[in-house]
Amino acid sequence: MSLTLRRPTSTAPRTAGARRGKVERQWPLALALLAPAMVVVFGVVLYPMGRTLVLSLVDATSALQTEFTFSGLSNYTALLSNSEFWATVWRTAVFTVFSTAVELVVGLLLAQFLNQRIRGQWFFRSLVVLAWALPTIVSANMWRWILHPEYGALNGLLMHLGLLDSYKDWIGGPTQALFVVALVDAWKTTPLVAILLLASMQTIGDDVYEAAAMDGAGAVRRFLSITIPMLKPAIAVVLVLRTIEAFKVFDIIYIMTRGGPDSGTTTIAFYTYLQAFSNQEFSLGSAAAYLTVLFIFVLSLVYLRMLRTDSGGTA
Amino acid sequence: MRPSRFYRPAMYLCGALLAVVVLGPFALLLLASVSPQAGLLGKPPDLWPDSPTLDRYAAIFTQAAGGVAGDFRVALVNSLVVAGCSVAVSLVTGVLGAYAFARLRFPGRRLVLFVFMLTYMMPPLALVVPMYMTGAALGLLDTRTSLVVVYCSFTTPFVLWLLSGYFRALPAELEEAARIDGCGRVGALVRVVLPVARPGLISAGLLAFLMAWDEFFYSLIFTSSPASKTVPVALAEFTGRYSLDFGLMAAGGLLAAVPPVLIALIFQKHITRGLAAGAVK
Repeated sequence: MSLTLRRPTSTAPRTAGARRGKVERQWPLALALLAPAMVVVFGVVLYPMGRTLVLSLVDATSALQTEFTFSGLSNYTALLSNSEFWATVWRTAVFTVFSTAVELVVGLLLAQFLNQRIRGQWFFRSLVVLAWALPTIVSANMWRWILHPEYGALNGLLMHLGLLDSYKDWIGGPTQALFVVALVDAWKTTPLVAILLLASMQTIGDDVYEAAAMDGAGAVRRFLSITIPMLKPAIAVVLVLRTIEAFKVFDIIYIMTRGGPDSGTTTIAFYTYLQAFSNQEFSLGSAAAYLTVLFIFVLSLVYLRMLRTDSGGTA
Repeated sequence: MRPSRFYRPAMYLCGALLAVVVLGPFALLLLASVSPQAGLLGKPPDLWPDSPTLDRYAAIFTQAAGGVAGDFRVALVNSLVVAGCSVAVSLVTGVLGAYAFARLRFPGRRLVLFVFMLTYMMPPLALVVPMYMTGAALGLLDTRTSLVVVYCSFTTPFVLWLLSGYFRALPAELEEAARIDGCGRVGALVRVVLPVARPGLISAGLLAFLMAWDEFFYSLIFTSSPASKTVPVALAEFTGRYSLDFGLMAAGGLLAAVPPVLIALIFQKHITRGLAAGAVK
């Protein structure tokens, strides 16, 4: 991979400049080049970031309010002492762990399969890319219809085949719905995980496997003692990225269950949405959003740290 | 390594399983899109219609705006315009910024890069209320412009991140030669770096397009009339609280899937490389 090229090239201009005996003043040019991107991104994002933080520290009854009385961390303590909020956190954790586990296990097996040299492999890889490319809302709508208790295709098919004698409500119970929604998320996202792991798998040389096979290691043994350890950095990256995404999951839940039944699929992002847009509790919603930000911030630091050690270690 | 005689059958069994899991739901969706409404609402639904109908597709393409199907066509156009403009803006701004990060040294370089990544990781829910208020104050709510502005705020950091890694991996000697020949930094970027970086530009542009095409949350909050609604929001309304038109949902969903699926299949190499580089670099 190209990772090893990074360090040599970045030091090249420095030595060249030193040789010429003057340090090039690059910041005016850098500023000019970066200005458009900074306007487009910071101009749009920084004010809302700050404003939401302020909203979370006051007691706003309307989002339009301009005069506030600061209420300190009371919105945060109100959330953290609320059992409903903790139930939401718990559901988010269950959703995250379950969907990420399915995506990782199936994604690993799928990547291993896609890495085989068999005829027609282009077709199987295209299938995975196809499932990845399907827009999230299309996928969520499709599964909502397939699993629909009255008009769904799954009930219909199972009845036709005689495997079911009465219609089932697949997302009828709160716990059941959470797991089904997590599975639908996994159907949509496992292809991405497989694509990422496959890219990393393809950097492992054949000679390692051949040597192990020579020593009598079977296919399962080779997978467990070579592939998995070599993929560790990629697996770690996938885990962190998927956890961040799971904390933001909104689309699938909005389409399939609207957080129900019985709040069973109200994860943290949907809870925040309901606070702000259904209950008009802007301050509470902002505080919930910032608790998510804090969590994602910590995970992002872990992620960036992993990338840095990763680029020194592998490739 | 000599594979056992079970190897090939086992592999094709896995392949068949994969095909069923991926193509099965697709096939159901395709059948639903051509089944008459009465059959779809039957118990059990009739998914092998005697007289398949293409009426829904025809309606989407020919019905006047104002009808549900006609408005979906408007939404397709809106999504194309919004995603296209977002890609154009984020490619131009992203290329310039990525080059600065890849090749220049300046104070605060790491901090600025970090803030870009931080904004990229921000959950939309932590931004949307003030954004909505600002949009209302500027009279931008319910316009495609507002969506382009917001989408660029997350497609740009992505393009920047992907391309700065890509540029760094290109040998610096290329540009140095061009600069000795009298090109400035920007001249070298445009004439030497960009042509060499074409695969990276294609990956970044296409992935940014797919992100914008897929976006649902901001569009849900910011748009209210068919004139600015994008495809995901239009699709969500087909099976919303007040309507259960599964057939139109299926036809619309398949049409909405056409651009990203075609892009992903045609540019498979660019897409998979871009995804891997975006996550691991």
